Amino acid sequence: MEIDPFIFRLSIFILSIFIGYYVVWSVTPSLHTPLMSVTNAISSVIIVGAIIAALANLDGTIFTSSSLFGYLAITLAAINIFGGFLVTQRMLAMYKKKKKDK
Amino acid sequence: MISANLSAIFYLISGVLFILALRGLSSPETSRQGNFYGIIGMVIAITVTFLSIGNFASGFIYVLIFLLAGGAIGAFIAFKIPMTAMPELVAGFHSLVGLAAVFVAISAFINPQAFNLGSPGDIKLASLIEMSIGAAVGAITFSGSIIAFLKLQGIMSGAPITFKGQHLLNASILVSIIVLTYLLCVSQSSNLFWLLIAISFLIGFLLIIPIGGADMPVVISMLNSYSGWAAAGIGFTLENTALIITGALVGSSGAILSYIMCKGMNRSFFNVILGGFGATEQSTKETNKEQRPVKSGNADDAAFLMKNASSVIIVPGYGMAVAQAQHALREMVDTLKKNDIKVSYAIHPVAGRMPGHMNVLLAEANVPYDEVFELEEINNDFANADVAFVIGANDVTNPVAKTDPQSPIYGMPVLDVEKCKSVLFVKRSLSPGYAGIDNDLFYKENTLMLFADAKKMTEDITKNL
Repeated sequence: MEIDPFIFRLSIFILSIFIGYYVVWSVTPSLHTPLMSVTNAISSVIIVGAIIAALANLDGTIFTSSSLFGYLAITLAAINIFGGFLVTQRMLAMYKKKKKDK
Repeated sequence: MISANLSAIFYLISGVLFILALRGLSSPETSRQGNFYGIIGMVIAITVTFLSIGNFASGFIYVLIFLLAGGAIGAFIAFKIPMTAMPELVAGFHSLVGLAAVFVAISAFINPQAFNLGSPGDIKLASLIEMSIGAAVGAITFSGSIIAFLKLQGIMSGAPITFKGQHLLNASILVSIIVLTYLLCVSQSSNLFWLLIAISFLIGFLLIIPIGGADMPVVISMLNSYSGWAAAGIGFTLENTALIITGALVGSSGAILSYIMCKGMNRSFFNVILGGFGATEQSTKETNKEQRPVKSGNADDAAFLMKNASSVIIVPGYGMAVAQAQHALREMVDTLKKNDIKVSYAIHPVAGRMPGHMNVLLAEANVPYDEVFELEEINNDFANADVAFVIGANDVTNPVAKTDPQSPIYGMPVLDVEKCKSVLFVKRSLSPGYAGIDNDLFYKENTLMLFADAKKMTEDITKNL
């Protein structure tokens, strides 16, 4: 008997939770704010679904009720992706070590 | 157009890059590279999605327009936002992830063929459940984050809003969400789907209003976690590995942060979520305590104390962020260092309005991160330090947490500030902190209160040094 592909996805999901658990515990507390902004940015990979929704059945009509939601979601996710990564970059650039010869 | 197998492999790669992005944050040196991995992962995921659709000629340009429009807004915000507003920004961003998840779920519900999920009215059961979870959690994330944003921004009062029967109402709404999901799966009715989304918006709103301003670190972390679970729900619907991995990562990340924040306050997660903390409960106890003597001083006294110290520990809190005093503080510390005084910073886990808030502000003011210490690292040093300079913190320094089992903050880990030879406490007035209780530290023999705006006081001290 074949295994339902759902089970594979569930396995990936569960294992990723464990990876997340160990990886996040190793994040230094001083970087918890950048952690939040970067998780924000990466969770916007939901844009993948938004693009599929926007470009679904292009039989001439570009804006259907379902593609419209896709386009809106693209915009929201894009705000997050650009905003999230850039603000993280901006924050991380500020973390500096003590200058030795001072 | 590339095959489904090939695109699945690319999605897996971008998932792995996202793991590396978080991994990089284990130290500031590797963090910038980590962020770069995250960006690469995102570029791969988006490119592969275009390639896997293939036939997109006319729609492609529109996708690009919306993408760039959003991107431009995001970039603009990222460059303009002041570092003190980071909690609001993160709350705002969470709301967008939540709403995007809702939109994608709606789109999949209206047009399931596009995602290979069946046809309208006959969507595969598993997909329908995943979709409902994604939509409901996304909607809760959205409205909850909006409330958190408004409270942090000060548009809405940070005070908890409570009313009779609140918990009963919330519980019954949560139950009805589950019932609705079940009915939706049985009937596939679009009305039920809309209703599900509507009441999910409502419950997100109701869940956050009773939670007070200083509990926001927990709330933001929790909403961070929710946005992850929403993404994972959609990931299952779309059968997309990158989304499932990311959702799980973000979900567990937010959950861990909430846990750390709750531990920093010695309160259970449910105690925070049920809300109403610090509202009025302590008022009776306070009145008979009010007449105790307090020593207060001015910038001159403070400068004198610090000049004669050999080591100073700075304890920043939310008040520093409000007064935007971080730059003035660093200038003061520079002057102290020129006089060969050893200075370090002590950060309580829940200082500020989000995890790591104080660290970012100090980094912004060019404070080297190896002078900044966490509670456990530095707490033993207070006994050997000459001066503790408390700026904008309150409850996290209250010795009552160690001595008075009656106190609502009893058991909360606090900074042992009172063990210092002398304590300088910058504060605008004697009013109690968020927990609504008096700080015993104010009345200690070795405490000197400096009643002023944090920024102004710090500047004055620098002048007097």
